Amino acid sequence: MSTATDTRPTDRALLPLTGAKLPRWAPALVLALAAATAGLLALTLGWGPVGTAFVAVLLFGLALPAWSLAVENRRAATDRFVTSLVWGAFLLALIPLVSLTWTVVSNGAPAFSAEFFTFSMRNVVGEGGGIYHAIIGTLIITGIAALMSVPIGLMTAIYLVEYGAGKRVARSINFLVDVMTGIPSIVAGLFAYALFLIFFGPGVRMGFAGSVALSVLMVPVVVRSCEEMLKLVPNDLREASYALGVPKWRTIVKVVLPTAMAGIITGVMLAVARVAGETAPLLIIAGATDSVNFNPFDERMMTLPVFAYYSYTQPGVPPGPGLERAWGAALILIIIVMALNLLGRALGHLFAPKTGR
Amino acid sequence: MAKSIDVSDLDIYYGDFKAVEDVTMTIPARSVTAFIGPSGCGKSTLLRSLNRMHEVIPGARVEGKVVIGGQSLYDADVDPVEVRRQVGMVFQRPNPFPTMSIYGNVLAGNRLNSRRMKRSEADDIVERALRGANLWTEVKDRLTKPGAGLSGGQQQRLCIARAIAVEPQVLLMDEPCSALDPISTSAIEDLIHELKSEYTIVIVTHNMQQAARVSEDTAFFNLAGAGLPGRLVEMDSTKKIFSVPEDPSTEAYISGRFG
Ligand SMILES: Nc1ncnc2c1ncn2[C@@H]1O[C@H](COP(=O)(O)OP(=O)(O)OP(=O)(O)O)[C@@H](O)[C@H]1O
Ligand SMILES: [Mg+2]
Repeated sequence: MSTATDTRPTDRALLPLTGAKLPRWAPALVLALAAATAGLLALTLGWGPVGTAFVAVLLFGLALPAWSLAVENRRAATDRFVTSLVWGAFLLALIPLVSLTWTVVSNGAPAFSAEFFTFSMRNVVGEGGGIYHAIIGTLIITGIAALMSVPIGLMTAIYLVEYGAGKRVARSINFLVDVMTGIPSIVAGLFAYALFLIFFGPGVRMGFAGSVALSVLMVPVVVRSCEEMLKLVPNDLREASYALGVPKWRTIVKVVLPTAMAGIITGVMLAVARVAGETAPLLIIAGATDSVNFNPFDERMMTLPVFAYYSYTQPGVPPGPGLERAWGAALILIIIVMALNLLGRALGHLFAPKTGR
Repeated sequence: MAKSIDVSDLDIYYGDFKAVEDVTMTIPARSVTAFIGPSGCGKSTLLRSLNRMHEVIPGARVEGKVVIGGQSLYDADVDPVEVRRQVGMVFQRPNPFPTMSIYGNVLAGNRLNSRRMKRSEADDIVERALRGANLWTEVKDRLTKPGAGLSGGQQQRLCIARAIAVEPQVLLMDEPCSALDPISTSAIEDLIHELKSEYTIVIVTHNMQQAARVSEDTAFFNLAGAGLPGRLVEMDSTKKIFSVPEDPSTEAYISGRFG
């Protein structure tokens, strides 16, 4: 390394703070060139669009860092290379999302009509009818599931973070929560069925049992997200509260929970969104029906995922209207989940600790 | 109603690590006692054991006796919450409650304990505490704004206001001025002078002049070596410690010749 030691003093003396940089439009230019090259190759060799895009991205990912290496320096070249990788991964991940959204919206939107939202499927053959009963079912069943799992999950998280640290009970709870996270949803449904079988005999179907099954799936998610949020609350705040002579439980209720509230709400909303689309357990225990049922403790209750499933697998004759209703139900489900997420974010913002002046 | 503090044979542990060893001292009532010593010698640790905040840390424990106003703190039937209500504390790092306004932060000690009070009474407490902490003029027009939006030094003064708003009998201050400018520092020192007629005050400081200015008594702590517990080297009237200390290491520390 004699050259390095030789040049260092002069380097130091010059102290270069500036260096050659690629122009700002360089990435755009390279992208255009890469796309053009790939396009030409595709025309001559007859590739499909996927192959062309792949080659274009590949060219871009190689050419831009190479150019950067020639003009700028190693670090800038690495930066550009990793940046293109990240963008590539992002776009790749976007493809299924956009495609899915597009498919559901284009297939489902035509089903929307006033009747679609306000009628059940009672006595409907072929065209007409609606998903009113399924919307009601989904809202009631998920709502009850949330009412049951949020207190359980939140209190478990509070125990784990505030009281359990290092205790054996806490470790076993942690293990059980991990196990619960891994329960397949169909098993949750079977569990609820087996549980209600004891009290109501074979063939039991009720919305409430569906809520129980969903709770089994939801509790671990709520525990984990609330736990993370509570852990984020700085210990300084707890100590500040203790030092004022505030008992532990009041500290938790009045200092820790409000500080973590934004994250907790977001976490709960995500958990709700996650179970709202569950099909398998509801198929088993909530059943399917064509009528509106407001009573979760009696008889079958339709839900959106189950509705979509049945309308798609048994669309009836002719199949057209049934298929259209299935897509419509799927779209509504996505919209409901989306709305819940947005609501969660809005509430999160509302409750977030403010630092502004 | 100030109370004196008697510490005898106190050992303080973090799990298996003994942080402070064999401290015996008497902190007189209605006066200011300064703790000085190099970083890591256990000043904060000892301070926290005086209002049972030490045990909040998992695995931390205390052996020995602390008696405040004739009441032994570590007796089995003593409620740590009651202790902390009477022995207030200002921490080394400012820690205002981020969900509360400036007003709410000052009243936190009362509100969190659900003490009911009239609006005018609450306003009085807030104004008195904020004036005491020399923060009133800066924040009086934005009392409803979040406490976390203040500067670091303002936050520290807010925490001091919060601690004195509950009128404890003993006030423990862990380097309360380390983040403050000279003006606020002198305001805090004035406040300490005022408060000592009613309270017992213990202050940890790295500022020798401050210790000399505000305290009646000074305790010097030191480490015997890396990894060894900190211990009380000597405690005496501030005048004596700063003029004719008994231990050579005290002199070396105070005069800045510390090795
Ligand atoms: N939470 C903790 N867990 C384990 N050890 C700790 C903890 N807090 C402090 N210690 C250790 O206890 C010893 C005393 O720390 P302490 O914070 O009391 O020092 P200090 O005198 O206040 O120092 P400074 O002047 O820097 O604030 C140090 O060796 C420190 O590493
Ligand atoms: Mg300290």
